[in-house]
Amino acid sequence: MSEFLQLCFNGTALGARYALVALGFVIIYRATGVINFAQGGLLALGAYLAYALNDTAALPFALAVIGAVIASGLIGAATERVVLRRMVGQPVFAVVMVTIGMLFILEQTITSIWGFEALNLGDPWGVQIVRAGDVVLAQRDLWTVGIAGAVLAAFFAFFRFSKLGVAMRATAFDQEAALAQGISARRVFAVSWGISGALACLAGVTLAAGPAALSPGIGAVALIAFPAMIVGGLDSPVGAVLGGLIIGITQALTTGYQEDLFGWAGANFAAVMPYVVMVLILLVRPYGLFGTREVRRI
Amino acid sequence: MSSRRAPRVHGLMTRGYADDLRLFGSGKAKLGLLALVLAYLMLPFFLTSDFWLSVLDYAGIAAIGALGLNLLTGYTGQVSLGHAFFIGLGAYAAAQLGGPDALNLPLPLWLLGAAVFGALVGALIGPFALRLRGNYLAIVTLGLIFLGEHLFRNLKDVTGGNSGTNVDTTATLGGLDFKDLALLGENFSFNQGYFWLIWGLVGLVALLVKNLVRTRPGRALQAVRDRDVAAEVVGVQLGRYKVGAFAVSSGLAALAGALLGSYQQFVSPDEFSLFLSIQYIAIIIVGGVGTVFGSIVGALVLGGLPGLIDKYSASIPGVSTGSGDSGFISVFSLNQAIFGLLIVLFLVFEPRGLAAVWLRVKAYFKAWPFSY
Repeated sequence: MSEFLQLCFNGTALGARYALVALGFVIIYRATGVINFAQGGLLALGAYLAYALNDTAALPFALAVIGAVIASGLIGAATERVVLRRMVGQPVFAVVMVTIGMLFILEQTITSIWGFEALNLGDPWGVQIVRAGDVVLAQRDLWTVGIAGAVLAAFFAFFRFSKLGVAMRATAFDQEAALAQGISARRVFAVSWGISGALACLAGVTLAAGPAALSPGIGAVALIAFPAMIVGGLDSPVGAVLGGLIIGITQALTTGYQEDLFGWAGANFAAVMPYVVMVLILLVRPYGLFGTREVRRI
Repeated sequence: MSSRRAPRVHGLMTRGYADDLRLFGSGKAKLGLLALVLAYLMLPFFLTSDFWLSVLDYAGIAAIGALGLNLLTGYTGQVSLGHAFFIGLGAYAAAQLGGPDALNLPLPLWLLGAAVFGALVGALIGPFALRLRGNYLAIVTLGLIFLGEHLFRNLKDVTGGNSGTNVDTTATLGGLDFKDLALLGENFSFNQGYFWLIWGLVGLVALLVKNLVRTRPGRALQAVRDRDVAAEVVGVQLGRYKVGAFAVSSGLAALAGALLGSYQQFVSPDEFSLFLSIQYIAIIIVGGVGTVFGSIVGALVLGGLPGLIDKYSASIPGVSTGSGDSGFISVFSLNQAIFGLLIVLFLVFEPRGLAAVWLRVKAYFKAWPFSY
């Protein structure tokens, strides 16, 4: 039983990170109808910026993270302004490919600046743990769950109560009607990308903290956050969070029990488990758990 | 009464849809094609450098795969990130069908067998494309890459697991052994023989794809791309054509993979990662989405690029070739960054690719000296 609880906790911590990334995807998708494959690049870049501010500029950890979050937000908004805005009205294929191209550029920029070696983020949690009964809780995981929970709550409040948040929802609902009401779609697009960049940075920092260490490969996590987003439904923020948790917990349980239950599936099956879950759910619900059915017109 | 000769018409004149759809264009286009065929036949006599031949061989393999991807993405409008998976399938199928320890089939059979195997798996994946569109499809095909890599690493009996497998196939056709070709009293190297084999197949596949897209099924595919609901309303059977496009495209990818395996004589799962899919996508974007010509041009420009960068990395400033070398970017990183950059730049500035540039140049000279 304690092993099960342990795995569930690990999965929740992992899922919280997926949820942060997936929420970033969903925010951009709702505002602009684009799936941002470059999110993984932004995530890694955010974590490396935090490292640079903490290690090279010698800021305290919390300040470094805040600085990196702001910088990533600005980089996200700048990407939208410089590249994506030129792609308005192009077919889905072209837009998806542009963001994939940016992913490869970002990843290689990072390795050419910081190299391939694993770096220590300098976070205050390290490998410290808290014991609750038989379950071992890593401090960084507790902080991750806490930070993710607080941030997600803040964003849902932002969408519900703030003027800009409501403007963003209105734009997502009907762009032309929103324009007619005097909402600037451009600002909404830029803010969406900014928020998404900031979320990616937070996910990156929590991923690279502690024993995991910071290496260019952490961007690959965003590729696992895709199933999280798809499972929840492309355009549902609630779905993104739930999807993240579902995928995270499934993955942790697979890691724990696969050997005994279905060892035939091969070593490291947990890495591809999210995609299996995604395909299964899509077979039943082609628009995810909470996604809106697309209405197709001629 | 003397028989009346049909009046001579200018090559540019079209008198009906049949003229627009014809396979070979005006006299000049035919001449150009003839020149290409001659170049194909003669080139190995003059080009003996193993390096340049290998660049061309890789480009030819890429052209076959790119033609397949263009049929699916360019003509049918179905985004696929899973092309590398089918290339891998073809390579492993070739190892199983053509290897001396396995079935040891002759060249036409293992090539065809690999292609059919790829097409069958593609037809199994195809039904997903019916339920999913656009973004959802892109991500599911992305999943295909990861699931495929997992399979390639874990089905050790078939694929050799992480360490890969030898692809020791025969390459003999009607008494000609492409691996060690003796023709007209001359001996040709492995690379020269494979140049003829690979580019001959490129010609065949290009003809196949061109004929496919200029006839009824091709028009149906393009109708699906432009608006699938509208296509369905005018009587195109969506299921049949979407699954069909997936099957043909995967079959061509597997054919390219079989050639790749046979040419390299070795494959490992690391080759069939997301980056390979991205390379193929870059090829069709740079060449021209939705054109046969563009797939081949794109493959010629980009197919040999990794080899070229590897060879000349020492003379590109800022590139580190070894671990001790100072330089801010490694060869591997440079490759990936260049492909990423090409995709972004072409989509932003020339979304129709080099094929459109070529058309513009041609139109300019046709109308010269009048610019309109």
